[in-house]
Amino acid sequence: MGRATTIPFGPQHAAFLEPLNVKLTLDEETVVGAVLNQGYNHRGMEYALSLDYRKSQYLVERVCGICSFHHSSAYCQGMESLYGIEVPVRAKLIRTIMMECQRLTSHLLALGHIAEAVGYENLFMQCFREREHVMMLVNRVSGNRVHYSMNVIGGVKRDLSPEAVKDVQATIRDLRPRLEELRRVFSRDSTLSKRTRGVGKLSRQAATEWGNVGPVSRASGIPRDIRQDGFAAYSMVEFKPVVREEGDSYARMMVRMDECLQAADIIEECLPLLEDGPVAVQVKGHPKGETFSRVEAPRGELFYYIRAKGTLGLERIKLRTPALMNVASLLAMLPGCQLADVPTITVSVDPCICCTDR
Amino acid sequence: MALEDKMRARSPWIMHFDTGSCNGCDLEVWALLTPRYDVERFGAINRANPKQADILLITGPVTKRCEDRLRNLYEQTPEPKLVIACGNCASTGAPFHNCYNVDGGVDKVIPVDLYVPGCACRPEALIDALVLGLSKWREKAAGTDKEDKG
Repeated sequence: MGRATTIPFGPQHAAFLEPLNVKLTLDEETVVGAVLNQGYNHRGMEYALSLDYRKSQYLVERVCGICSFHHSSAYCQGMESLYGIEVPVRAKLIRTIMMECQRLTSHLLALGHIAEAVGYENLFMQCFREREHVMMLVNRVSGNRVHYSMNVIGGVKRDLSPEAVKDVQATIRDLRPRLEELRRVFSRDSTLSKRTRGVGKLSRQAATEWGNVGPVSRASGIPRDIRQDGFAAYSMVEFKPVVREEGDSYARMMVRMDECLQAADIIEECLPLLEDGPVAVQVKGHPKGETFSRVEAPRGELFYYIRAKGTLGLERIKLRTPALMNVASLLAMLPGCQLADVPTITVSVDPCICCTDR
Repeated sequence: MALEDKMRARSPWIMHFDTGSCNGCDLEVWALLTPRYDVERFGAINRANPKQADILLITGPVTKRCEDRLRNLYEQTPEPKLVIACGNCASTGAPFHNCYNVDGGVDKVIPVDLYVPGCACRPEALIDALVLGLSKWREKAAGTDKEDKG
């Protein structure tokens, strides 16, 4: 072994959307050690969210912009269980539809980034082009592109009009062949598969030990999907978690691609179930007690713990975000890989630093 | 304006840096670079290298840990340079006002030329800022040119 070299990777790097620093120790071109350095994005969200539970409905979406609707859904679900109320079915279905729309945008973003990290600029642009159709759709439906601001404690504050339902239907119908075309490229392109197959392997055992969640764990053969617990309206639709056995970057990429198609299926299943009715129930007084709530965000299980004592402020609110677990498991994937594969591996776990650091 | 500045105004390269944003504005910056909004029409491409950049797109309130990084990146960017604060957080630090790890807007750390409002800021607004910024950039280039001669 020659003399080991240490190089910093990030916090400002072409492969990252956000600041994350990985200190790599190299022997020639092989990575022998990695140290994660996080916290560039820490804003103190848990403190800010606990100040005023009513304002937190607004702020909770700002924890993360990619999975903002999942954050607000998890928060509102938790608060609803504190109040002991049941959300109307229509509101549950609207939440499910919007969550799946957001999953589409998030996964297409992740897929685009993998394509870019591999050096496939054209595919990156194609992913973002298809993603923009969903972004425009949620803009028409909710009025916003990124933070939908549709959730309130007790339901949703914006109903889907009959025109909006038709719009969702038409957009998803148009999107499906495009997604299938993208899937064909991702699964069959030889360059892409050479850069991703066998790269950043994570065994089933390691994925369990590192506590991986979401697509990363499902790509390592763990069939765990919180949507099967049936929060929101997921108990009303039929679906099976997408699972692959390989555990490499390719598997993680393909799990996301298949979940895009699955999201389109779930949206189409939900739309006919929409029946007229109220979309929200009123809540009275301040919340009291403790609870937890879970949703399946695009990156995996998102967990909220809330303890309230009947005042405006919450005693404690704890977020456990999926990206935190997945980013940490980079330490298991990076040693032994080539330096040129580092961007591919880091992007393949879909690091979301604003979730990780909060 | 010198010849090289004229050329540079036709290809303003972008560097995007996230100083603690929720990713909302980052998404819109990336939407800007991709087919629907496509700022490559103005010759702008994203290069994650401060030494090649003309325009800095900064998103997010400045967290205590990112402060030095941001100053460092700003100092490495060659003159004339333009700083655009994208979104409410970068402009004022608003949603995260009084958070213990947040300093406030980008202008607390480096001078900002243009503020883009919105949470998250819309790509159309960013394009507007970019076009406005280019004329401002030309003025700056003319100004520095005079100083060099004087």
